[in-house]
Amino acid sequence: MSDRKPIIEIIGLTYQYADTERPALKDINLVIYEGEYVALLGLNGAGKTTLELSLNGVVPNMIMGEMEGTVKIDGMDTDIYPTRELAKVIGMVFDNPEFQMSQMHVSEEIAMGLENLGVPTEEMHRIIPEVLQTVGLSGLEERSPFALSGGQMQRLAIASALAMQPRILVMDEPTSNVDPIGKEEIFAVAAKLNKERNMTVIMAEHEVEVMAAYADRIIVLDKGSIILNGSPHEVFGQVEILEKIGLRVPQVTDLAYKLKSQKILDWPLPLPVTIEEAEDFLSKKLPTKG
Amino acid sequence: MPEPIIVCQDLWHIYQGGVIALREANLTINRGEIIGIIGQNGSGKTTLVKHFNGLLKPTRGVVLVKGQNTAPMRIQTLAASVGYVFQNPNHQLFAKTVQEELEFGPRNIGVPEEEVAERREKAIEFFNLQELRLLHPYRISFPLRKLVGMASIYTMRPDVFVLDEPTTGQDNITTHIVYQLIKRLREEGSTIVCVAHDMILLAEVAERMIVLRDSHIIADTTPREVFSNRELMQSTHLTPPQIAQLTLRLKEHHKMDQLFLNVDDTVKDLDSQLHSNSPK
Repeated sequence: MSDRKPIIEIIGLTYQYADTERPALKDINLVIYEGEYVALLGLNGAGKTTLELSLNGVVPNMIMGEMEGTVKIDGMDTDIYPTRELAKVIGMVFDNPEFQMSQMHVSEEIAMGLENLGVPTEEMHRIIPEVLQTVGLSGLEERSPFALSGGQMQRLAIASALAMQPRILVMDEPTSNVDPIGKEEIFAVAAKLNKERNMTVIMAEHEVEVMAAYADRIIVLDKGSIILNGSPHEVFGQVEILEKIGLRVPQVTDLAYKLKSQKILDWPLPLPVTIEEAEDFLSKKLPTKG
Repeated sequence: MPEPIIVCQDLWHIYQGGVIALREANLTINRGEIIGIIGQNGSGKTTLVKHFNGLLKPTRGVVLVKGQNTAPMRIQTLAASVGYVFQNPNHQLFAKTVQEELEFGPRNIGVPEEEVAERREKAIEFFNLQELRLLHPYRISFPLRKLVGMASIYTMRPDVFVLDEPTTGQDNITTHIVYQLIKRLREEGSTIVCVAHDMILLAEVAERMIVLRDSHIIADTTPREVFSNRELMQSTHLTPPQIAQLTLRLKEHHKMDQLFLNVDDTVKDLDSQLHSNSPK
């Protein structure tokens, strides 16, 4: 689509941390458009976090290492623009929100980032309740961040990122330390921001069934390189490649793949990635009751 | 004949400050069972299983391990019967090599040196750790480190393994190794209690599921019954594996005998369904 606006452009990005033997990222070329919901898949050590850190300039500006290539966020070259400037466009949320928390109260936690950017108090009073409402934490302003559940704490980290009014939200395995309710809540907030505000969402996540349902695009990293990049149907359809590198596909995709490859059922391509798609096809093939 | 190995009778646990973490839990675990324990964080899962190896003692009620009341027993004594594999292996591993890690536990409970070596070798073989034996546990990947955590409990030869989220942080390859290990441990006669949010894992290995909500045991039945019970799933905010959801839906209107718990069983069933109904 020609009317889509690139918001992230990565050209020939190779990055190697100091004192390591191999590059963490190898020749990454990638364009992400405004409003996309992109899932990053890959094993631990595949390069997901390094790629995310390259987006707000932490890589290469704050970590020792060597970088080749160019990363542009909304046209700003991360090598030239300070992380502080980039932070106005791109918000980051990590897998361990407790490491990000430092204040006595939920509202102060959000205020801290705004103060650092020199946002006037009046405006802070407008922003804080708004972002708390967005993530469903209204009423907990006076609570200590450390008294929140894992899911609530992660949503506070999201609220802190949203307070800067970014256009891109990058989340690094945001649900890895929360329980199923917490996961639902976090996925729901991310989907809402993406749909209602056209926010670009980039999420590294292991839950392939959930990503199949939410993401517009799936990017698979293996040993620092992008090996697959496409729609959930295109990427999860590559069952053999994904299994070979140790990644799972959604169970319904696995089912369709096995039925097809064992010649039990000639499942038309693309293979299904959601329950609804699988049900649609199977219900036509299976005899009805009675 | 089922042999009860862990019995909880009217078990309550109230933490200091008055938080009731577990109410009126009644439960019998038999030797050789593979049991999944599920529920949200704070529902009482961890509190319950920590009573099995004496990390917690009942505020009220009784826990019996192999017929003995745990209340007066020391953790070290209980550790010989119930081994606890932590979710985060970093909480558990501290020796300089994988090999030493595997020797530490049995030596600590006074197993003679010769047998320590024997148990170590058995664990290395069982968990396929040959290539890692001389490495520092922190020099190996997180998924493999978790296997070492399990192996170090294996050397204690407990009757019961309590596994806390054994697949968290694992990739697809090591996850399958965990499935196989759990099944093999059972073949060797062990009892497995698995606390997990990973429903795909439990659908694959568990024969019985215990569901906790708000400090109560609210269900104790087969995985199939648990995943078929939409109300139970909704009220606990748990999501059955995609394949269980799919087959549950299909079976409402189509000839599908039951909800299936994994992809391979579904493939087999569809194969027989589609081929027994005279193809055109």
